[in-house]
Amino acid sequence: MSILSTRKADKIDSLAEGGTSLAMDALRRTFRSPVAILGLVIVGLFVILAIISPFIAPKDPYRPYPELQSELTPSNIPGPMPGFLLGSDQNGYDFFSRLLVGAQQTLFVGVFATLIGVTIGMIIGGLAGAFGGWVDSLLMRLTDIMLSLPSLLLAISIAALLPGSQWTVIIAVAMIGVPVFARLLRGAMIAQRSSDHVLAATALGVKRKTIVFRHMLPNSIGPVIVQATLTLATAIIDAAALSFLGLGDSDWRRAEWGLMLGNAQELLSVKPSLAFFPAIAIIIVALGFTLLGESMRESLDPKNRR
Amino acid sequence: MLRFTVRRLLQAVPTLFVLSILVFAWLRMLPGGPATALLGDKATPERVAAMNAVLGLDDPIFVQYFRFLGRVLTGDFGSSLITGDPVMEEVSWAFPATLELSAAAMFLAVLFGIPMGYIAARFRGRFLDNATVVTTLVGVAVPVFFLGFLLKYIFTQEMSLLPPSGRQDVLIDATRITGIATLDGLLTGEFDATWDAMLHLILPSVALASIPFAVIVRITRASVLDVQGEDFVRTANSKGLTTQIVRKRHVLRNALLPVSTTIGLQTGLLMSGAVLTEKVFAWGGLGTLLEQAIQQRDYPRLQGLILLFATVFVLVNLLVDISYAIIDPRVRVR
Repeated sequence: MSILSTRKADKIDSLAEGGTSLAMDALRRTFRSPVAILGLVIVGLFVILAIISPFIAPKDPYRPYPELQSELTPSNIPGPMPGFLLGSDQNGYDFFSRLLVGAQQTLFVGVFATLIGVTIGMIIGGLAGAFGGWVDSLLMRLTDIMLSLPSLLLAISIAALLPGSQWTVIIAVAMIGVPVFARLLRGAMIAQRSSDHVLAATALGVKRKTIVFRHMLPNSIGPVIVQATLTLATAIIDAAALSFLGLGDSDWRRAEWGLMLGNAQELLSVKPSLAFFPAIAIIIVALGFTLLGESMRESLDPKNRR
Repeated sequence: MLRFTVRRLLQAVPTLFVLSILVFAWLRMLPGGPATALLGDKATPERVAAMNAVLGLDDPIFVQYFRFLGRVLTGDFGSSLITGDPVMEEVSWAFPATLELSAAAMFLAVLFGIPMGYIAARFRGRFLDNATVVTTLVGVAVPVFFLGFLLKYIFTQEMSLLPPSGRQDVLIDATRITGIATLDGLLTGEFDATWDAMLHLILPSVALASIPFAVIVRITRASVLDVQGEDFVRTANSKGLTTQIVRKRHVLRNALLPVSTTIGLQTGLLMSGAVLTEKVFAWGGLGTLLEQAIQQRDYPRLQGLILLFATVFVLVNLLVDISYAIIDPRVRVR
């Protein structure tokens, strides 16, 4: 290759780098703010904890320990003692290990509830946005109805139909997000439909399928990702609320923060920490996702582009 | 204005109609069918068959639906499995309690939310602003029922300052007129009853107010910041109006438009929070009814409550839209 052509290639590369896409630009701006970094750190630590907790938990979280059980009475739940950092829970299990492992189950519920909500919502919103017309009207009436129930009530009416299992909770919580994601994606796609680059692609004779998947969807996905981050926070809180109402997972042995909090409600006068620690964990994680989502939203907002 | 109101009312009708179909289908999706759901799991096959005949489950499905719709429209939701009382009666008995709690919570949220949001915007970027923003973010992250627990733990268990649960002390013999405990005391002149009811109201309403409060603060702040940069504010300033008049007439009045919508929407959403708060404080309102219905799988009551909550929610949204059209004439033409 001649020197000249290398220079040219370099120049093209640098041009490509200079013209960052909207998404990259937004991402860069997001991580300039300390709030976003704090959110990212919290979320990152939570995910790491969720992955490694089964290996670092000092005791087996799914087995009662005789030394804890022997001191367990209706009015006394043993506090910290040697080998058991936070003492026992109401069943003679190691509370500290359960709290650690709880990160995994909580992340599981949050992620799957959000993923299912995003998937169904995006299918509905995508169809409505891509086709318009009566498909749009019909699907949007459907989401209107889902939005016409207060969110928790929607989850309650679904959870009350199904047997109390972890998947019931996940599905019930996922349904809260469906209309939100559907409306969001539809709105973004309709805005795309009348944009110049879609018009150009149509004029060039690009197939509708290609336009939808290559031009409209990728440009509409930003708000959905932001909303998904925020939904992760509310999904974890809503799952806890369902457990609190007795519509949660019927497997009381499972170490999940919402379930642990829901099951500790009768024990506040005996050992308040059984409720406080899972609750604080939920609050910190929810805060982390909210901080991250909010700062992403702010940087995606064209008004804030600098 | 009238045309807008009528159009908006007509839009609500199909929503409620489809909702009624879904709730009707919902009871039919139950494991074992509605007869088992109505009679409980231990019903004998003969009783289930008899119930099916009584319910008219042998008729075509659309005949069944219109019969259901006819009953619902006349306010007949059947009887609760727990108490045997008509659902409508239970609901009208419990409704004032929820109304009282929600109104108190909304009052607190607005009373503190708007000034805090306004102050945060005035001191944008300063410590006070950052502290407010962090507070509201934490406020949304705290589960309502856990906040209830926390308040209850601190103020009743540790400090014994306030009553832990219920709406009124059992020793107080209050006369029921409206069912709103604080109001009844005033109406009958039993001021000790009002005082006692207010003490009971403090903790639950603070817990329930947390989320609308956080949302109102954030919207007020954002909206004031928006309006502050508008041309008409600059014009007002440059023509020599005092800062006070500009803030009051030009900034605050325009900034409160989106806030009013938010307040309406949050009023609807309060119902979710009320279910949780009522459980923590054994409040005895609609939330308590719902919670019992869930525990006991009392489907007629659950069905009635879901329809009722949804109807109230749709109506509240309708009122929000109409009030918004009154405040902002531009909305009407859209």
